This record gives sequence, structure tokens and C-alpha cells, in this order.
Amino acid sequence: MQYTPRTLFALINADKREEVLTANTMWYCVSCYLCTTRCPQNIPITEIMYALKRMAIREKLAKETPAPALAKTFTDLVERYGRSYEFGIATLYLALNKPLSALKMGPMGLSMFTKGRLNILPTKIRNVDQLRAIVEKAREIGGVS
Amino acid sequence: MKYAYYPGCSLECNAAAYDMSVRAVADLLGIRLVELDDWNCCGATEYFSQDELVACAVIARNLAIVDPQLDQLVAPCAACYLNLKKTDKLMAENPEMNAKINECLAAGGLRYRAGRVRVRHLLDVIYTDLGETALRDKVVRPLTGLRVAPYYGCQVVRPLDGFDDTEYPMKMDELFTWLGAEVVDYPVKAHCCGGHQTQISEPQAFELIRRLLDSAVEYHADLILCVCPMCQLNLDAYQGRVNSFFGTDFKMPIVYFTQLLGVAFGIDMRKLGFGKELVRAEPVIRAKLSGALATGTK
Repeated sequence: MQYTPRTLFALINADKREEVLTANTMWYCVSCYLCTTRCPQNIPITEIMYALKRMAIREKLAKETPAPALAKTFTDLVERYGRSYEFGIATLYLALNKPLSALKMGPMGLSMFTKGRLNILPTKIRNVDQLRAIVEKAREIGGVS
Repeated sequence: MKYAYYPGCSLECNAAAYDMSVRAVADLLGIRLVELDDWNCCGATEYFSQDELVACAVIARNLAIVDPQLDQLVAPCAACYLNLKKTDKLMAENPEMNAKINECLAAGGLRYRAGRVRVRHLLDVIYTDLGETALRDKVVRPLTGLRVAPYYGCQVVRPLDGFDDTEYPMKMDELFTWLGAEVVDYPVKAHCCGGHQTQISEPQAFELIRRLLDSAVEYHADLILCVCPMCQLNLDAYQGRVNSFFGTDFKMPIVYFTQLLGVAFGIDMRKLGFGKELVRAEPVIRAKLSGALATGTK
């Protein structure tokens, strides 16, 4: 992690926009909300991390991490099928972004498959068009940050 | 007791054991779960890092399609639970977002009135709505002799005003004490499993997983109990990778809390999805509960 959350927030206060948005700090956030519930000033730290991720993606400054690629692969598949598609994520995201990890995942993927825990084919919802219309409208109105 | 049920994508396949055991246990307890017709993915954390309105609109579709006769929606997955609850709360508290989300829903011919549906996690429903007496009454195989480490993770207990303490939750501990198990009071029960970081930064994710496994071993737990499919996946399926990464030798079975509830209630272990976990749980359960298991025939 380049900066600790404290340093990152100090950089925000110092208006160091580019340093903040190119930092990898927020991409290490696992959204566990421990900081949010502990903060004595009630600062919604996790939500701020999400907002920084959104700004970094929008301004194309997120370069040090494959996380935006994972997010995009995940949500593209949701918009195609209406459900998450793990095998699709594993193949599309890992093979393109982390081929070495994809190889290491092989044996585990096989065990999961043998145990009946990995669907090769996606599940599709009936009203996927309705979901897409909702998503399209949301993108049109705009609510990025 | 009748609730709308949102299984979430994981329960369709990778966490099928969770879905099987949830349905079997709910049946036995008289909890009627009506699966939401044509529900969609909650987006996990992936939409929120791209577009907040899209994230909320996708989640709100599920709230909008809850049967008008039902006013409670139960989710067994921590991420689904948080997303559904967080969106409902945001809509109730933020009129601008509420209007925008409803405008999106309208594009799909739907609308949702904030606060109409009460979102609950399954653990809360079983603990609160059933309670100690009803649960004790159903026990045919007391879990005496089994040391369990209840693992809550993050998103069931944080960040919203939930049904348990945000850092030192106790509900699952109490639940399994009622069933006769010896509950391990270990310090990391509400720490993070790493979530999707296994896909992004393995060293970070593996260290978070290692800490949990290490602590459970240090406190002599026989197994870890989960309330979330992501936690189960990380702790169970990645345990081998964690072992190779750190040179450790963890063999800690990771099961869903409903699977062990089912054992205590005498439900056949096959119907509870045992055997789907990569680190097998059945041998340790059979070894510790041998006497009790031999007599249970339900």
C-alpha cells in the first residue's frame, strides 16, 4: 500500500488530487467497515474509499491494480445474464489480467468442479431486459460519485 | 412464519451446501421461505466501485419485486444482506437518491417505497424469531463434545445498526451454546476474510485468511462456522493455496452454521450438503459426536 488511509486523507485535505486518485490505497480496502464503525468522528471511511475508486476509474487514473478490470468483468456479466457468473469471471478476468494466478487456480478450480461447486454455464434470469433497462436509465441519469 | 427469500448467486452453485441446509433447517423449524421470483445479482461490491446509482438501482429491483403480501426479506449471504439493507436505508434517508432510484426502476416498470420491506439476515431470523426454547426443543443430537468457532466476518455485523455487536458479536455463540456445542471465544471472529482480494492481491487476501485459521487452531476449534458464502469460499477453497503460500498445514473444516444446526436437529448430513467442502468436515463431526450420531435416525 502506497499510503496509509490517514496519509491518503491528509493528501485529500492538501488537495493533491492526482496523488490521491493514482494511489493504490483504496484498492486494498476490503469493505469490511471496521474503520467506519470505529471512527469517533463518524466519518464513513469505507464509502469514501468507494467514492475514490469511482473517481479513479472515471478519470482513468486507476493503473496500479487489476481491481477495476475485475469490477467491470463482474458487472458486464451481471448485465448479460442477471446473475453473477463465477466461471466467466475466472476465465475472462484472470486469464486476461492475471494469467499466472489463472494457472495456479487450475487445481482448485478442478476440485471445485468435482465437488459440484463450479457451474460451467451461466444462469440467466427471465427479465434480463428489465434489468438492463434499469441499468441503462441509471447510467443515463448519472450517479457516478 | 413466512418470509421472502433471496438466496443470492453463490447459493446457486458454489455455496449449494448453504442453500440445501438453509431450506432443510427452515422446513424443520416451520420457517416458510418463499424464493423471490426472478431475482437478480446484488452486484456484491463491484458496482459500488464503479457507479453508485447503478449499484443501488440493480439492488432495488430485488426490493421492488418482493411479493406485496410479504414484508420481510431474508438473505443468507452477508454481501447480499448488506446491499439490500443499505439501499433500503439510503432510499429512506436520502430523498434525492430515492427519486433517482425510483426513476431507474420505472424504466423497468417497477417502483419501491423505502422501508416497505424489512431486510434480515438469516442468523437474525433463526436467533430472534425462533429463540432459545424453540431451538432447544428441536435438538435430537446435542453438539456436546464439538468445539466450534463461530465466524461472523464483516458485513453481517457492520456497518449498519444490526442485530449484534459490530466488533464482538455473540448471537451465533449463544445459538450454538443452546445446542450443546462448546463455543470457542477467539479474538478474530468479526475480522475480514479478504473478500474479493483473492482475485486482486493474493498476498493480502492469504494473510487475512491465515490469521483466521491460525486463531481458530490456537483456540483448539474443531471447525469454523460461517454465515456468508464468500467467507466459506475463502477459508475453505483457498486453504490449500494458503498452506502452500505460507508453508502451513491447516486442515480446518469450514461449514455453514445451518449445516451444523441441521446435524443437531437430526437431519441427514447428505441433505445438508456435507461433502461439498474441500476440507472435509464429516470425519471430525462424526468423531466428536459419535454416540449422539449413532442414535439419530431422522
